Amino acid sequence: MNSTRNGNVGDWVFLNLTRLAAIFVLVMLAGTIASLVYGAWPAIERFGFGFLWSGEWNPPAERFGALIPIYGTLATSLVALVIAVPVSFGIALFLTEMAPAWLKRPLGIAIELLAGIPSIVYGMWGLLVFAPVFSKYVQPFLANTLGKLPVIGELFSGPGLGIGILSAGVVLAIMTIPFIASVMRDVFDVTPAMLKESAYGVGATTWEVVWNVVLPYTKVGVIGGVMLGLGRALGETMAVTFLIGNMNVFGGFSLFLPGNSIASALANEFAEAESEIYTASLIELGLILFFITFIVLSLSKLLLMRLSRQEGMAA
Amino acid sequence: MLTRTLRNAGIAAVSMLVVASASAADITGAGATFPAPIYGKWAEAYQKATANKMNYQSIGSGGGIKQITAKTVDFGASDMPLKPEELEKLGLVQFPTVIGGEVLAYNLPGIKTGDIRLTGAVLADIYLGKITKWNDKAIAELNPKTPLPDQAIAVVRRADGSGTTFIFTNYLSKVSPEWKQKVGEGTAVQWPVGLGGKGNEGVSAFVQRLPGSIGYIEFAYAKQNKLTYALLQNAAGNYPLPSDTTFKAAAAGADWNKSAFYEILTNEPGKDSWPITGATFILMQKVQDKPTQALEALKFFDWAYKNGGKMADDLDYVALPESVVKLIHAAWANIKDTSGKAVWTGK
Repeated sequence: MNSTRNGNVGDWVFLNLTRLAAIFVLVMLAGTIASLVYGAWPAIERFGFGFLWSGEWNPPAERFGALIPIYGTLATSLVALVIAVPVSFGIALFLTEMAPAWLKRPLGIAIELLAGIPSIVYGMWGLLVFAPVFSKYVQPFLANTLGKLPVIGELFSGPGLGIGILSAGVVLAIMTIPFIASVMRDVFDVTPAMLKESAYGVGATTWEVVWNVVLPYTKVGVIGGVMLGLGRALGETMAVTFLIGNMNVFGGFSLFLPGNSIASALANEFAEAESEIYTASLIELGLILFFITFIVLSLSKLLLMRLSRQEGMAA
Repeated sequence: MLTRTLRNAGIAAVSMLVVASASAADITGAGATFPAPIYGKWAEAYQKATANKMNYQSIGSGGGIKQITAKTVDFGASDMPLKPEELEKLGLVQFPTVIGGEVLAYNLPGIKTGDIRLTGAVLADIYLGKITKWNDKAIAELNPKTPLPDQAIAVVRRADGSGTTFIFTNYLSKVSPEWKQKVGEGTAVQWPVGLGGKGNEGVSAFVQRLPGSIGYIEFAYAKQNKLTYALLQNAAGNYPLPSDTTFKAAAAGADWNKSAFYEILTNEPGKDSWPITGATFILMQKVQDKPTQALEALKFFDWAYKNGGKMADDLDYVALPESVVKLIHAAWANIKDTSGKAVWTGK
C-alpha cells in the first residue's frame, strides 16, 4: 500500500519534471524570438521589409541590408549539400551493404571522429592548406571545363583566389558529410534483413535493393539526416568566416567570388559595432537566420507529409 | 512583478560583487583587443610590484564603450577615440596609453621592403578598385627603379570590425576626397573591393599566400611574419620607413592639447612621421561614484607610464612621448568624485 503510494508520487514528480523540461524548450524558443525581435527593433523600424532585399551594408553611412549575407548563406549551404548528399549516400551505402565486416567498424568510427573536429580547425585548415591547393589546381580546372558550358559556366568564371563562396561550400560539405553519412548509415542499418534478403532472393541487384527497398523504407531518416546537415551548414560560423572572403558587395553570380554569410557577418562585426542601428541590424540578421532555419525545417516536414500521403494513395 | 524581483536580485548581486572587489583593491577594465597583450603584461608586473590586481577583458572596443557607460568596469578601452561631444554626452574622459603603426604589406616575389613607394592618393585608388595592376602608371611613376610586374593587385582588408580598420580608413579619408565621399571611415566599412581576413593574423595569412596582394596590418604582425612592406608618403612629402621612431614622431607632432585627446595620428605633420599611426585609449567616468576605485585605476596607469615603456617595446608597441604623458596627468584633474573633488592628487 505504502509503496504504491510512493510509486504514484514518484510518477507524479517524474511526469511534471519531464513536462517542465518540455515547456522549458518552448519558453526558450519564445524567449529567443522575443529578444531577437526586441534587439532588432530599431533596424526593423528604420528599414522595414526593404532590409531583406537591400544589397547595401554600409556602417559609416548607417545603411544596412541583408541581401548579400542571405545569398551567401544559402549559396554556401546549397554547394555543401550538392556535394555532401551524394558522397554521404555513397559512404552509408558502402558501409551497410558492401564493406567487408572487418572494415565496417573502423570506418564508421573514423566518420564519427570527423564529426567531432571543432569548426575552427576546419577553418584554419581550409585557409592555410585547402585554399592554396584549390586555387592552384581545382579552380583553373573547373574554369576550363564547367566554366566553358553555357549558363552554368557563369558560376565558374573569374579569377580563382581560393577564397570565396565555392571554397566555403566545399569545406562546409566536408564538415557536414560525417553528420549526414552517420545518420544515413544508421537508418540503412535498421532496414529489416528479411526485406533485403527477399529482394536479393528474387534476383535484384544491389542497386535495385537499395533503390527499391532500402531507400523507400528509410526515406524519413535520410531526409532527416540531410536536414541535419543543412542546419549545420546554415549556421556554421568559424570555418565560413575564414574562407568566404567576407565581401559585402555583390559582384556577380560566380561561385569563385568572395561573399558573406549571416553567421560570419555576426561573428566578425558584433564586437566592434558601436552605433545602435548597427547592432540592431546585426541582430536582425540573426533573426533572419532563425527564420531561414525555421522555413527549412518546415519544408522538410511538409515534404515528408506529402511523401507519406503519396504512399497511402499508392497502397 | 517578477521582473522587478529579478532586477532587485541582480542589483543586490552586483553590489555585493562591487563591495568584494573594492575591498581587495582590484581594478577591472574591458575593451579593445589590440592593446590587450600589453595591458596583460603590465597587470602582471604591477601585481608583482604592488600586490594590486588589474583584470582586463578584451571584448572589443564597442563592448568597452558599452561597459564603461554602464559603469560595470573601472575603465573601458577603445582603439577609436570618442569625439569630444560624445564624451560629454556619455560623461566620460579619455586618454591614450600606447601607440602603434600600421603598414602596407605586399607579396611581390623579388621585391623587397622599401622597394615600393606609395602616396596616400594612390593607396586610396588601389582600395577603391581604380588601380588594379601593379604596373599601373600611377605606381610606376612613384617607383621608376623597381621592376613592377604585370600582375593584378589582390586587395586584402579586415573582415571583422576593428580599430585597425578605423585608423586605416581615417587615413584614406584624409588623403582622398573620393574615399571620404564614397566609403568613409569606421571600424567596418563597405569595401568596394578586396578579400576580408579575420584579424591581423587573417590579413597576414592572405598576404603571405596570395601573390600580388597588398594588405594593411599592425607593424608587429609584419615583423613577426617577415612580410615585405611599402614606404608611404607622409604629410611633409617624405617616405619614412615604418619603425618605433617614426611612430613616435607622429605622436610628438600631434596637437594633443586641442580637444580631449581626440587625436587620430594619421597623416600627421613632421618630416619623420609615419602617416598611419594610431593610439589606443582608456575611457573613464568623469564623475566617480567610487573614487577609491578610480584612484587605483589611475595609479595603475601612472605606474605603467613610468615603468611600462620597456615592456611595450618588447611587444612592439610604442610608449607615449614624455610630453604627452604630462598632458595626460594634467587631464586627470577632470576626473572627480561626486562632491567635485579631483580623484587624482598627483602624489
